[in-house]
Amino acid sequence: MSTPRIVNGIARYEHGSRVPGWDEAADLTKDPAGVPDPAVVEVPADLRLEIESYMARYPDSRSAAIPALKAAQQRYGWCSPEAIEQAACVMRLTPGYLAAVAGFYDQLETRPVGRRPVYVCTNISCSLRGADALLAALQDELGDAPDVNLRGFECLGACDIAPMVSVEGVYVGPVDADEIPELARQIRAGDEPLPAKQLINRPSQDPDASAA
Amino acid sequence: MTQKILFKNIDEPGLATLDVYRARGGYGERLRMALSMSRDALVEELKASGLRGRGGAGFSMGTKASFLPKGQLDKYLVCNADESEPGTFKDRELMQKCPHMLIEGMIIAAYAAGANRSFIYLRGEYEQQADILERAVHEAKVAGFIGDRILGTDLSLSMWVHRGAGAYICGEETALLDSLEGKRGNPRLKPPFPANQGLYQGPTLINNVETLATLPHIIEMGAEHYAKIGVQNSTGTKLVSVSGHVQRPGNYEIELGMSSRDIIYGLAGGPGEGRSVKLWFPGGSSSPVLTGDDLDLSYDFDTLAKAGTMLGSGAIIVADDQSSVVDIALKTAQFYRHESCGKCTPCREGTNWTVKMLERIKSGDATPMDLDLMASVCENIIGNCLCVLGDAMAMPIGSMVKKFRGEFEEYIEAARAAAERELLAGLAPTQPVAA
Ligand SMILES: Cc1cc2nc3c(=O)[nH]c(=O)nc-3n(C[C@H](O)[C@H](O)[C@H](O)COP(=O)(O)O)c2cc1C
Ligand code: SF4
Ligand code: FES
Repeated sequence: MSTPRIVNGIARYEHGSRVPGWDEAADLTKDPAGVPDPAVVEVPADLRLEIESYMARYPDSRSAAIPALKAAQQRYGWCSPEAIEQAACVMRLTPGYLAAVAGFYDQLETRPVGRRPVYVCTNISCSLRGADALLAALQDELGDAPDVNLRGFECLGACDIAPMVSVEGVYVGPVDADEIPELARQIRAGDEPLPAKQLINRPSQDPDASAA
Repeated sequence: MTQKILFKNIDEPGLATLDVYRARGGYGERLRMALSMSRDALVEELKASGLRGRGGAGFSMGTKASFLPKGQLDKYLVCNADESEPGTFKDRELMQKCPHMLIEGMIIAAYAAGANRSFIYLRGEYEQQADILERAVHEAKVAGFIGDRILGTDLSLSMWVHRGAGAYICGEETALLDSLEGKRGNPRLKPPFPANQGLYQGPTLINNVETLATLPHIIEMGAEHYAKIGVQNSTGTKLVSVSGHVQRPGNYEIELGMSSRDIIYGLAGGPGEGRSVKLWFPGGSSSPVLTGDDLDLSYDFDTLAKAGTMLGSGAIIVADDQSSVVDIALKTAQFYRHESCGKCTPCREGTNWTVKMLERIKSGDATPMDLDLMASVCENIIGNCLCVLGDAMAMPIGSMVKKFRGEFEEYIEAARAAAERELLAGLAPTQPVAA
């Protein structure tokens, strides 16, 4: 895949297209990839077991597509061709099918990224409370951390702690400007993010909530 | 003080565990009572409670349950825990702090609908809540509340937590079903409605977390009593998520029909010192906005519908007088552009055009005519798409342009003037010309 030219802030690939590799010639002599052959594709035993346990939950095992892709992504860092081929092999689906599913969902990564997802919500409520500045500051602090996948994200369902960040699934907020360097340090080091600001410990705001 | 139904004891330590939940009456007499009624009687009870769906559309819960065909076949109950409507975070608190309330409600709903298999479709980002829910489902299975012949009745029910992977459109019920079947989350054409052909083509009842969690309480207090809470056509209590420019953002349980001012100012503390409410979304980012003049509206389904907006998911987003309506419109439009599944042209292109027009306004490249163009794009989205995601952008944007047209026009002029100044500054010689 070639590196894009940036024109007006937009990544442009061959012939000005926004889609990389669209003009790479398809090999018409080759059949489309079918369901991977279990005799050829090696799948780590624990990954296979995990995917099979998801498949057993549903009347139609195809329902396990998202959990299977998540498991494969967890292992390989992203939905790489290898990850998709192995998931497809266990699920008896074509890699093309699973690649199409992976492309639909924001949490499934179709390009190589840092292993540890850090989402900064930039939706309405958070942006009213300074989320855009928070994202920019974290980008400055963490731009060079190779294993961190820092992204702006749509509403994460935690507007009560706006502006907020999800650090590998742990929600923290409201993040004050003077806490950003500390948060960045914790993310880099893999420490607990802002222990005093974790959503999981936040009491209800309803004054009468615990009254009978 | 509003009577607390869902949030009663919500912060009690250990409420997420089976033991504490049972000590508070969970899975007790009320569940026994529900399962000892005939299916028809239970459905009638749910209808009589007046409970309307808490996920967005506000459809009568009991009526929807009655739509499922009778007979011996696999039927499904799906709990919509996708909670992705911007501004909404009520289901999260409920599931995290009292997951068994949802599970108990699902058992009752499954019995009413004759469903034998159930799934909780949870947005993938709620990882901590997913762990808590999974633990609770496991506890309930071990204790025999999920499984074969629950409480010795003929009700058998399986239950799994299904984690999504980040897509707002998967909150739309038919897209949710496709996603749960392991596909891309594209909405389906309706009819057929899920009640007839839903998950795996089988009859399916889909309800929101809060709707389902309310059922045990309706059985416990009796439908007639429940229907006395709230106002006509909007019975019961509702969790509202208040966020944005308020001093105490959070979830509050209110009696439907409370004044909006009492929610925004009384409970959530209103905007900061010296500020006032400029605009607010009454029911998530998909609802047309209201202004500071509308604060005395009663917060219930019918009043908000009459005011040209909707109660939606019960998410109130407040913006104070220092915020820019253009910025809010742009954030809103960007969200829907990102989340459009791309199946219908008016939605896919219309959300993109709207973002581009708003960006033009910001960069000083727009004229007031663009406002008419934007209004016309929005008009052409409404009613012309497969699902209502397109409308969900067009309606709030349309309401902002209509209610704040003067501000949009001023912004356009100011941004044009600024862009022109910048251009001229670029042309000016950098060195003073020597005389
Ligand atoms: C674009 C879109 C997103 C939606 N997102 C959600 C959601 O996140 N949670 C939810 O409960 N309902 C959501 N809904 C509403 C559902 O389609 C459905 O009406 C609801 O789950 C029914 O449950 P209820 O009757 O208990 O409200 C959404 C609808 C649309 C059109
Ligand atoms: S209206 Fe938008 S989100 Fe809904 S089906 Fe059409 S393109 Fe998809
Ligand atoms: S707007 Fe940021 S979590 Fe909802």
